[in-house]
Amino acid sequence: MNKKILILFAHPKFENSRIHKQLITAAKNHPDVYIRDLYQEYPNFNIDIKKEQELLLKYDIILWQHPVYWYSCPPLLKQWIDLVLTYGWAYGDGGNKLEGKLILNVVSTGGRKEAYSKDGGNKFSLNEFFLAFQQTATLCKMNYLPPFAIQGSHKLTESEIGIHSKNFQLLLTLLQNGLINSETSIPSQSLLNEFILTLKS
Amino acid sequence: MEHSFLFQALVFLLAAVLCVPIAKKLGMGSVLGYLLAGILLGPYIFGFIGKEGEDILHAAEFGVVMLLFIIGLELNPKEFWGMRKSILGFGSIQVFGTTALLFLCFIYFFHWSIQMSLAISLSISLSSTAIILQTLKERGLSNSVAGQASFSILIFQDIMVIPILAILPLLAIPGVAPIASKQTSIIDGLPGYIQTLVVFGVIGLVYGITRYIVSPLLHLVVKVNLKEVFVAASLTIVIGVSYTMTLVGLSPALGAFLAGIVLASTEYRHSLEATIEPFKGLLLGLFFIAVGSTINFGIITAKPILIFSIVLAVMFVKGVVIFSIGKIFKMSFRNNILTAILLSQVGEFSFVLLNFSSTLYIIPKDLFELLMAVTAITMVITPILLVIYEIIENKAFKSTLGEPKQQADEIHSMHKVLIIGFGHFGSTIGRFLRANGISATILDHDPDRVGLLRKMGFNVYFGDGTDLDLLYAAGAEKAKYLIATIDPPEVNQEVISLVKKHFPHIEIIARAKNRYDAYDLLDMNVDSIYRETLYTAVHLAVDVLTKLGVRAYTAERKGYDFIKFDEDSIRKLAKSRHDKKQYILSAREQIELQEKLLSEDMHFNLTQNDSAWDSEPMNNNSK
Repeated sequence: MNKKILILFAHPKFENSRIHKQLITAAKNHPDVYIRDLYQEYPNFNIDIKKEQELLLKYDIILWQHPVYWYSCPPLLKQWIDLVLTYGWAYGDGGNKLEGKLILNVVSTGGRKEAYSKDGGNKFSLNEFFLAFQQTATLCKMNYLPPFAIQGSHKLTESEIGIHSKNFQLLLTLLQNGLINSETSIPSQSLLNEFILTLKS
Repeated sequence: MEHSFLFQALVFLLAAVLCVPIAKKLGMGSVLGYLLAGILLGPYIFGFIGKEGEDILHAAEFGVVMLLFIIGLELNPKEFWGMRKSILGFGSIQVFGTTALLFLCFIYFFHWSIQMSLAISLSISLSSTAIILQTLKERGLSNSVAGQASFSILIFQDIMVIPILAILPLLAIPGVAPIASKQTSIIDGLPGYIQTLVVFGVIGLVYGITRYIVSPLLHLVVKVNLKEVFVAASLTIVIGVSYTMTLVGLSPALGAFLAGIVLASTEYRHSLEATIEPFKGLLLGLFFIAVGSTINFGIITAKPILIFSIVLAVMFVKGVVIFSIGKIFKMSFRNNILTAILLSQVGEFSFVLLNFSSTLYIIPKDLFELLMAVTAITMVITPILLVIYEIIENKAFKSTLGEPKQQADEIHSMHKVLIIGFGHFGSTIGRFLRANGISATILDHDPDRVGLLRKMGFNVYFGDGTDLDLLYAAGAEKAKYLIATIDPPEVNQEVISLVKKHFPHIEIIARAKNRYDAYDLLDMNVDSIYRETLYTAVHLAVDVLTKLGVRAYTAERKGYDFIKFDEDSIRKLAKSRHDKKQYILSAREQIELQEKLLSEDMHFNLTQNDSAWDSEPMNNNSK
C-alpha cells in the first residue's frame, strides 16, 4: 500500500525561486502527494491549528520543504511548528498523535556543500544546523531522516536543477513504497540525496 | 425705535454670540439660544427691536429656504424616491389628523366659527422645519428612526403649504374679504387645471434647468477659480429657484429643496453645501431671533390663560397625532415620544399662512397677534421639552438597571475606553473589544439601539458626544481612550475638539470618513486616524492580486506597504494642503489633490527586493 506524503511548503518568495518551482512541479505530478503551500494559505500568519492537526493525522510521511534562511526555516514554518505541535497532542502527556510518522527537511541553500563544513564559511554541516528539527521530531516520537538538500543554488543551471528534481521524484517514490523507512540505515552526517545516489549505483 | 443698520447688525450678532454658547452650555441647543436672544432684544425686555421684528422675520425666512436647499443636497434623488411611502404615509396622517382634531377642539372648546377654526387648524398643523432639522442635526439624530420620520412629515408639510394657500381664499367670507391681493403669482387669473399644469411644468423646468444648465455652468464657474464667483453662483441658484417658485405661487423652500436634490448627484455637492452653510446658519439664527422678538408679551400678560390653553391644546393634539402615527407604523416607544416632541410646535410656515388668513379677514387682527404668540411659544417650548426628555431618558436607564454590571476584573470594570457612536462602525469595535473582555462605555443617540444594548448589558448612555455633561456622566474623566466613530465627520470633529479641550489626558482614536476628513483630523492634531475606506479597499485589492495569481503572502505584504505608504503620504499632503490659501475644498481642488496623490504613488516601489537572505558573499569567502 502506498504511503501518503504531506509536503509542508514554506517559501516567502516562491515567485523568485528557481529550485523550489521545479521541485513543486515535480511533486505535483506525483500521485498521493499533497502540497500544503503555507505562505499561500496563511499570508497573515494566522494558522488554523485544528485544520493543520487534522491534516497531519491523514499522512504517514511529512516533508518540511523550504529554503534555508539564516541556518533555519522561514518564519511561517517556525510559526507552524510552534503552534501546531501542541502539548498533549504532539508531545508530552498523551501527546502521541504523530508517533511513528516519518519526517524530513527538503531544502535549498545558497551556499555549496563545502561552505557547510568544519572548514567552510558556515563552520557546521547542515545536519548539525538542523539538530533543532531533529530533536523536535524526536520529542514528537517521529522518525527524523537527514535533509534532502540542493546546495549552491545560485550557481545551478536549469538543467542541473532538473537533475535534482528527478532525484526528488525518486525520493518520493522510494518513500511511498516504504523503500526508505525508519529502519533504513543512513550515515548520520550524510544528506538524503547523496544516499539515494548510492542506492542507484 | 429707530436705529442705524450697523447698530442693529451689531446688536443681533452680539446677542447671538452671547446667547447661543450659553444655551449650548446648558444643553439646550442653539435654537433655544437664538429664541432667547430674540426675546431679550424684543420690545418687552431691552427693546432693541421694535415692530421691524416682523420684517426681519420675512427676510430671515430665506434661511429656511437655504436649509431646505442643503437638505436636498444631502439627499440624492434615489434616497428621496425611497422615502416616498413614509412621506405620504406619515405626512398625510399628520397633517389631516392634526387639522381635524384641532378643528373640533376649536369649535367645541373655543367656540370659534367654522371658517376660522378650519383656517387656523390648517395653518398650525404644520411644524417648524427650521427648528426640527436644526435640532436633529445638532444632536446627530438625522439618521435615527425618529429623525427620518420627522423628516418625512416635514417634507409633506412643505408640499402641503401650496394647497393650503389655495384653499384659504375659499374660506373667506364673501363680501368681507377683498380679492386675495396677497397672492402676486402670475398665474392667478388662469383656470384651475391650467394652474396645475403650470405648477408641474415649473417643477419639471426647475429639474431640467438645474440638471442641464446649472451643472455645466457651475463647471465653468469652478474653472475661474475665484471663490466669490462660486459663492455668487451658489446664491444665484437658491435665489433663482425661490423666485421662480414664488412667481407661480409655489413655496420657495420646496423649489430650493428640489434644486438641492438635483444637484446632490453632481460633484459640486459638497462645495455648494459648504458655501451655502454659513449663509443658512446666519439667516436661520436671524429667523429664530426674529421669532423671539415678535412674541407679544403684552397679549400674553393680558390673556395668559387663553394663550396657554391654546398652546397646550395645540402641542397636545400634535403630540397625540404623531404618537398614534408611530403606533400605526410600529415605531418603538422611545422613538415615538421623541418624534412627538420634535414635531409638537407650530412652524414658520404657519406665520405665513396665518398672516395670509388675517389679510383675508378670516381671522381678526387680535386673534392673529395671539396666534403668533402661541406659535412662538410652542417654538420655545420644544427645545426645552427635548432637554427634559434627554434627562429623563438617562435617569430612566440608571433606575432600571441600577449600577452598571460589575466585571470580575478590576481593570475592565473601570471602563477605560469610551466609544462614541455605535452604528455599523462603532458596534464592530465594541463587539470585538467585548469579545476580548474589554467592556467599553458607549454613547449613542439612537433610542432603539440604546434600549437594545442596555438589555444586552452594555454600559450605554443616550445622546451624542457633543454634550459635555454627558461625557462627564459617562466617565470621560477616568477614561484613557476615546474612540470617535460618529458618521457625519462634522459631528465627529465636534466631539473630538470638545474632548481635546476638556479632557486633554484622553488619547483619541478617530474614524475618518475619507482623505479629506483625515486631513481635517490631522489639522486637529489627532494622531490615530483610521480611514474607513482605506483598509477595506486595500484588503479587497490584495485579494484581487491574489486571484490574479500573485502569491498571497507577497500581495499581503504589498498591501501593508501600500497602507503605510498611503498613511505617510496623507501626512505629507496634509501639510502641503496649507501652502494654498485657506479655502474650502472645491471639486477642482479635490482633483488636484488626487493628482498629487497619484504622482506620489509613482514612488511606491513595486519591485522592492526583499531577498534578505543571500549567502552568495559567504560562498565567495569559502572559496
